[in-house]
Amino acid sequence: MATDFSFPDTAAKAAAMPKEFESEKMSLSMGPSHPSTHGVLRIQFELDGEVVTKADPVLGYLHRGDEKIAENMTYNQFVPYTDRLDYLAPLANNMAYAIAVERLANLQVPARCQAIRVLTAEMARVSAHLMGLGAFGIDVGAWSVFMYCFEEREKLYTLFEELTGARFTTSYSRIGGLSRDVPEGWTKKVEAFCDQFLPILEEILGMLTRNKIFLDRTVGVGVISRADAIAYGLSGPNLRGSGVANDLRKDRPYSGYEQYEFDVPVGSKGDCYDRYLCRGEEMKQSIRIIRQVIKNFPGGDWYAKDAKKIFAPPKDKILTSMEELINNFMIVTEGPQMPAGEVYFEAENPKGVLGFYIVSKGGGVPWRLKIRSPSFCNLSILPKLCVGNMVSDVVSILGSLDFVMGECDR
Amino acid sequence: MTITDVELPTAVSQKFPSATPRASLDCPAFNVPVADVIGLLEFLRDARGYDFLMDLTAVDWSADKSPRFTVVWHLYSSTNHNYVRVAADCASDVEPEVPTSTVLWAGADWHEREAFDMFGIKFAGHPDLRRILMWDGYPYHPLRKEFPLAGLPADFHDPAITAETKTGLIAAPMAGGPFVAKSGEPMSASEPRAKDEAWNEQSEKPE
Repeated sequence: MATDFSFPDTAAKAAAMPKEFESEKMSLSMGPSHPSTHGVLRIQFELDGEVVTKADPVLGYLHRGDEKIAENMTYNQFVPYTDRLDYLAPLANNMAYAIAVERLANLQVPARCQAIRVLTAEMARVSAHLMGLGAFGIDVGAWSVFMYCFEEREKLYTLFEELTGARFTTSYSRIGGLSRDVPEGWTKKVEAFCDQFLPILEEILGMLTRNKIFLDRTVGVGVISRADAIAYGLSGPNLRGSGVANDLRKDRPYSGYEQYEFDVPVGSKGDCYDRYLCRGEEMKQSIRIIRQVIKNFPGGDWYAKDAKKIFAPPKDKILTSMEELINNFMIVTEGPQMPAGEVYFEAENPKGVLGFYIVSKGGGVPWRLKIRSPSFCNLSILPKLCVGNMVSDVVSILGSLDFVMGECDR
Repeated sequence: MTITDVELPTAVSQKFPSATPRASLDCPAFNVPVADVIGLLEFLRDARGYDFLMDLTAVDWSADKSPRFTVVWHLYSSTNHNYVRVAADCASDVEPEVPTSTVLWAGADWHEREAFDMFGIKFAGHPDLRRILMWDGYPYHPLRKEFPLAGLPADFHDPAITAETKTGLIAAPMAGGPFVAKSGEPMSASEPRAKDEAWNEQSEKPE
């Protein structure tokens, strides 16, 4: 299939037009409640006909002040707030936050805990990409993809519910451990999900990958060059779609990712289609990781038993041992005791790199907690990326960037 | 896999004698005077391969400390997979200012707008230093330590709404708010009711 990848520089053409053809610029406000803005993003456009000549994203509609809240509560109390960052992959957020605080406390968690975290994070990645793919499909007019994706995502959410007790806001990874161990027989159900999922994933991707309409809407649209992707600090599939093979799971393995074999898919053109292809392949790689985790599922403890001042022990221990009761009381009222210092930890989340910068002065409350959210950084390229495109292409671009405003606005 | 950048501290101190090592629990970190910060960042990016600006933020060390504000950059190298932290104390506590790093990374634009919005730090040379999360015209910088968790009364973002409703934003009632006991303080002083700034026995509920 011969495809022209040259980027139609409509803005330059418009600028070169004779003066008598110049039309009045129109201003258009897209969002904050536009279906293709996936939440509450608003973009203020300046249009020349149907061509975008200027784009100014307006953020903050979902700003809750998470960083301010974090400074006013203990490390443990903040775990549920991390659910609400990228609310499509709370399990991955919980894990990133827990590891960041564990780095501050210089705490190692047992192998079983690490394996469960990897397992849940990869399941979260599959569910987040399914959502991203389905929404992208709707944006460019493919309804059925969304339905297929949602059915599979629903199966994952049932598994999450069985594991964590909640479908959406899981708060599963805790500092120094997990909220509970894996229930009996649960990993068998995850394997069964993987078995039936791969053929359906092929079907889902088959509906888009060679779909003429989908190709017309995505190939050559919203091209991000390698240099731009680096300059704007993009991450995740948006960065890899532009040909930069950065994946923290490979480059700086955490939580035992170095034990698992997987590939990092990389795009070549950096257009919307490449970003779509990367996400599709990442799901298959995630399934590969999930299978390896379950195959070599370690036994032993599921929380750090030596972290008596950090991880609240299970309820039965609290009710039977005086010492554990005191520990639990201190952890709940004063928070887990941390040394003074600074750490910065980043994890490879479905949307990109989620970072936590923690400044501690000791005690149970962070002095400063900065959340480096991937969606915020990924969206920062919009003012450059939208210019020269048709308004309808902006819809494709937004779908392909796959952002979550809960994380962007914090 | 990560290759530790062992020569980095000597390379930095040779090129920038003013940069001093900064206490850190993980990656190499440097304190640098505001005047040298762009030079150091450029050196790290071009000569040492730290090509990604991952994060840019600020820390408020509270109003009674001087220097009060520190701006922190986190760089990442896609070749040796390491981080480096660069921190610069703002000279003025009243009007903190650092030079912009948008000249090096286009992505610094939004990070700097956020730091300006939340802390009121000016980034000299930034092309478009506006608020990003709060609305234009909001009078406070919420992540400063003196700003209360409950918020402060302010006008709505749109004067038309203020005129129509004849009201404004009020501080949030914090009853049931974060419950954190401080060491050496009676528990009763930490109860949500005692900490409630806007709405308790001492001060009446705002109308």
